Parts: sequence; structure tokens; C-alpha cells
Amino acid sequence: MNAPQAADPILEVQDVSLSFKGVKAISGLSFVVRRGEICALIGPNGAGKSSLLNVLNGVYRPDSGELVFEGIHYRGITPLEAARRGIGRTFQNNALFKRMGVLDNVLSGLSRHARTGFFAQALGLPAARGEARAFRELAEHTLEFLELQAWRDTPVGSLAYGLQKRVELGRALIAGPRLLLLDEPMAGMNADEKREMSRFVTEINRSFGTTVVLIEHDIGVVMGLSAHVVVLDYGRKVGDGTPAEVKANPDVIAAYLGAVQQEGART
Amino acid sequence: MSSQSQPLSPSFSRPFEHALLEVAARPFPWGPGALLVVAFGLLPWLADDYWLNAILIPFLVLSLAGLGLNLLTGYTGQTSVGSAGFMAVGAFATYAFLLRVPALPLPLALLAGGAIAAGAGFVFGIPSKRIKGFYLMVTTLAAQFFLEWVFTKFPWFYNHASSGTISAPRLEVFGHDISGPGGRYVLTLSVVALLTWIAHNLVRGQVGRNWTAIRDMDTAAAVIGIEVDRYKRLAFAVSSFYLGIAGALWTFAYLGTASASSFDINRSFQILFIIIIGGMGSIAGNFIGAAFISLLPLFLSQAGQALLGSSVDPGQIQNLQKIIFGALIIAFLIKEPEGLARMLRRFAARLAVWPLRF
Ligand SMILES: Nc1ncnc2c1ncn2[C@@H]1O[C@H](COP(=O)(O)OP(=O)(O)O)[C@@H](O)[C@H]1O
Ligand SMILES: [Mg+2]
Repeated sequence: MNAPQAADPILEVQDVSLSFKGVKAISGLSFVVRRGEICALIGPNGAGKSSLLNVLNGVYRPDSGELVFEGIHYRGITPLEAARRGIGRTFQNNALFKRMGVLDNVLSGLSRHARTGFFAQALGLPAARGEARAFRELAEHTLEFLELQAWRDTPVGSLAYGLQKRVELGRALIAGPRLLLLDEPMAGMNADEKREMSRFVTEINRSFGTTVVLIEHDIGVVMGLSAHVVVLDYGRKVGDGTPAEVKANPDVIAAYLGAVQQEGART
Repeated sequence: MSSQSQPLSPSFSRPFEHALLEVAARPFPWGPGALLVVAFGLLPWLADDYWLNAILIPFLVLSLAGLGLNLLTGYTGQTSVGSAGFMAVGAFATYAFLLRVPALPLPLALLAGGAIAAGAGFVFGIPSKRIKGFYLMVTTLAAQFFLEWVFTKFPWFYNHASSGTISAPRLEVFGHDISGPGGRYVLTLSVVALLTWIAHNLVRGQVGRNWTAIRDMDTAAAVIGIEVDRYKRLAFAVSSFYLGIAGALWTFAYLGTASASSFDINRSFQILFIIIIGGMGSIAGNFIGAAFISLLPLFLSQAGQALLGSSVDPGQIQNLQKIIFGALIIAFLIKEPEGLARMLRRFAARLAVWPLRF
């Protein structure tokens, strides 16, 4: 990352805590994501990583603490509002529209950008047709970028898991988010597929300047992908820094690296 | 970046197969045009009054009602058993406009009746914000009974007629009398064709995509910025608009005279069966389902007479019909949730690759 961008935080997590019926999922978590960076969130299963993404885009409301996105403070926000402010998201367990085709899934990401009203669409007025054409073009570009053209009209429910992950990325990407939250985008992939997905993430980050926060178990992938790693364990932050710093941190080694090797062996 | 990499999946044949299905789904690009030419140009001359009155008009109206329910249930995933209630709203509202605003031309009265039905649908769609699935279906059941009760209880709606019924005043459009079978058929066909075209525009556009997204996964729809509650209510309103107009046509173009009991729960189930058999999430499916449901009784009674002679009891035929429908519904729900429309498409795809495959 270049220096002027590095100074500018896009997202600040300030002392955030979240619990489910008394069980703490996140405790007093604070960290900063700088504009234009790829920030990796790592930690063993149940560390609270997904819960944190859910707090960031308003699926969960934290018990305490605050978030600052592009200078605006928030705590309780709806997912809809988060999307409007430019936070895109993919899920650990794919949340696609299974019976819709790949193109339609990607197009659905543009919904909140639609400007033509119900009646214009119902009557097929020129404005609606024009917008549909523009959207379609944008979607074709997205498919091309993610190399998904071959499956344009295939219902996503019948696609291989790795491809579904890519479609979900495309659906988030097409809306032009400034912050992209990716929950285990490479889970369940083989080494080739992981490399391919890493390439897409890097490419998105570089070409569109999109800030990325991603969760990933494979420490090797993380080290190659991101300059900033935050390590969670039992809802607490145990490490925060460059991959090298984090790797050298004895707390991280104790709390996380051993555990992940066990996880990795299991999955 | 894109030059060196291949698609990841080994399933290369899938897009190909799907492309074939796509082509086969529209084997005749001029299909809708040809259908319209036949329906407008030939059928009024070829079909006798019995066919127009007893088969074609109800078939078209039921297709329209199926289309209305399909937008809500097949496309948006909100199951309703209150269709007939909204048909009743459309019928009684149109009647009120025809009766009390005599200057209003018939097409505008239909439109206004549909708009009132849309309003009712909107109101009964409000609970969909909090209630889902089975419990939402129960609220539509409540809507059905409530609306039936309203149109029985308040004589204003049927102009204080002692019979509790409403009848068509003189049917005319732009000064032309259309109360004959041919006129009523052309009226119905025009309305159905126009509304089918609009539905086609909607489901192909962003509105339709929002609906199907909500159907497939409403939580994900919200995350990507779809206003889930608003689009559910919109689906209720649009669906009821269609059903309302179908109700008005059912009364004025088909039955001639109707009462609240013409729109009872059995009618709701009939509409639901049409979309289950024809195909959820398909526009053509409504016509296929309605054709099936209109023609099966005819076919059964013909077959019954041919097999058993004239001694056949119409009651038995009716029972047989119920058994067949019941069995079909179960079979479709289990084996082919996308209905006959999908089966036909697959069959056409097979035919398209016939020399290669069989
Ligand atoms: N919706 C929920 N209801 C109750 N507990 C939850 C819920 N979501 C997560 N948790 C709990 O919160 C903790 C953190 O989970 P999660 O954020 O999914 O971890 P990670 O993504 O790091 O594997 C776990 O103990 C999990 O059981
Ligand atoms: Mg997780």
C-alpha cells in the first residue's frame, strides 16, 4: 500500500462487544482498517470472526462499543443501510439466490442502484429499457472479470461450490462497494482454486481501490494476500500487525497457530 | 489477468446443456405473436358460443388469476390462499364503479376495481414484514374469510339486492356493445394479453429480480440492498391487482351474475392448483395450468360417457376429478415443483437434441 492511503482509516472498530444469551462472542475489540488495504481476520473456529462481519454490516447489533465507517459513527444499522453506505458482503455459507441464474444473481446486486420506477418497468418505457441495458452491460463486465461467462444462465444452485463463491463475490462487487467483507471466500477450495480466488481479490483491490476485510483459515494464503492481519481468539484480539509481526507474536502462536493446524487437519 | 486461466469447474457440459434448454424453451420466437393472431383473429370465428362462453372465457380469466397468484407465490415466495378474496374485491369494486359512476367507461372501471383490490392486497401484505411461511399463509386465509364476510354482510356492496348478487350492467366499450359471447371473449382476451405483457416486463426487470431474490433468500436480499418489506408489499399489491381484475372479468364477462360465494375458499384453492400444476415462477405455466384445470372435467365426462355409456353419474365424475387433482398436486409438489411448464420445456429440449440423444 502506498503511504498517503495508509494514513486514512476507512473503518474503525472501537471497543466492540457482542454476546448471545450471555455467551460472549466478541469482547472489547478495537482495530483500524485503512483505506485501500486488504485486512485479513484470522482465528480458530468460534473466535467471533463471522460475528464481527455481521456487526460491521448490521446483521447483529453490538452490546457496546462503536463503529466508524468513512467518518460516520454507528452501532445499530440495518444491513440495507450498510449496503447503501457502500459495505458489500459475502457469507461463510453461500447466501445466493439458488434458483436464479448466474447473471441474474449478479444483476440483483445492482438493485439499490435502480432509478427507474415500477411503472416505467411495467410498461417497458425507454428509460427502463435503457437502464436494463446499462445494467446488463455492467453485469457482463463483472462476469468477464470473474471469468463466469460460461455459466451466465445456469441456476447457481447447480454450480460447484467454488464457482458459487465467485458468483457471490460478483454480486457484491457489481454494486461498487468501498468496503468488501468476505467471509471465508476460499473455504472448501483446493490449492488452485484458492490461488485463483486470491488473484481475484488482489485484482479487485488494485483495480477498483476497494478496501477488503476477509476471513481465511489458510495462513499461507493470508500471508501472501494481505499486509494487515488481525488475530482473534475467543472474541478477543490477540494480534494485530503485518504478517511477519503477527507470525512472531508469541500470543498468536500459542492461541492460534497451533489450533489452526488442528483445524486444518480436520477439514 | 484473464488470459491464462481456465474455468475451474469440470462440469463443462452444463452450460451447453443449459443453452440447449434455453433455445428449446423458445423454439418459436414468434410464438406469442402467433398465439395472439390465432386468439384474436381466428378463435372468435371458429369457436361456437359454447366454446367461447364455457371454455375460453373462463380459461382466460383463470389464467389471469393464476398469473396474479404466481407473481406473489411463484416469484416472491409468499404463499397465499386468499386469492378469491381479492378477486371478490375486484368484482365488487368494479361493480360499484360501474353502478355509481355511470360516466366511467368499462376499461377504466376495471382498472379502478383492480386498483382497489391492489390496495386491499397491500394492506393484507403488511404482516409479511414480520410473518413468514405457514403463519403468513394463515393470515391470507383470514383475509379470505374476512373479505367473503364483508361482501355478504354489507348490502351496499350488492346494491341492497335481496339475492345478494351483482350482475353486469350493459357491457360496452367505446360505444360498442360487447355483451355477446364474442365481445366478452375479445374484452377478456385483450385485458389478459395486456396484463401478461406487463407481467413479462416486470419479471424480466429489476422488480422481478428483487422478487425472486426475496423468494430464494430474503436475508441475503436485504444484505445486498433490496428493500425486502417494500417489495413483498408490492408483490401483494400487484398480485391483488391482477386477481381483482380477474374477479371482475369472472363476474361480468363469464358468470354474468355473482355473489360473495362465487369467490369462496374453493376458488382460492383452484387458483393455487393452477400454479402448482402449471408451474411456479412461470408465466406460460398459468395458461397451461388453467387449460388443464378447465379441460380435465370436460375430458373426464367425455371419457366417462364413452366408457360407461350415458348411465354415468355426474357426481361420480366430480369425485373422480377431485381424486385426480389431489394426486396430481401431490405428485407435482414432490416431483416437479416447477410444474407442467418445466416438463414441456424439458420435453422440447429432448426433441431439439433428438437425433443425438435417443
Ligand atoms: N446467531 C448466533 N446465536 C448464538 N450464538 C452464536 C450465533 N452466531 C455465533 N454464535 C456464537 O458466537 C461465537 C462466535 O461465532 P462465529 O462468529 O461464527 O465464529 P467464527 O466465524 O470465528 O468461527 C461462537 O461461540 C458461536 O457459537
Ligand atoms: Mg465463521
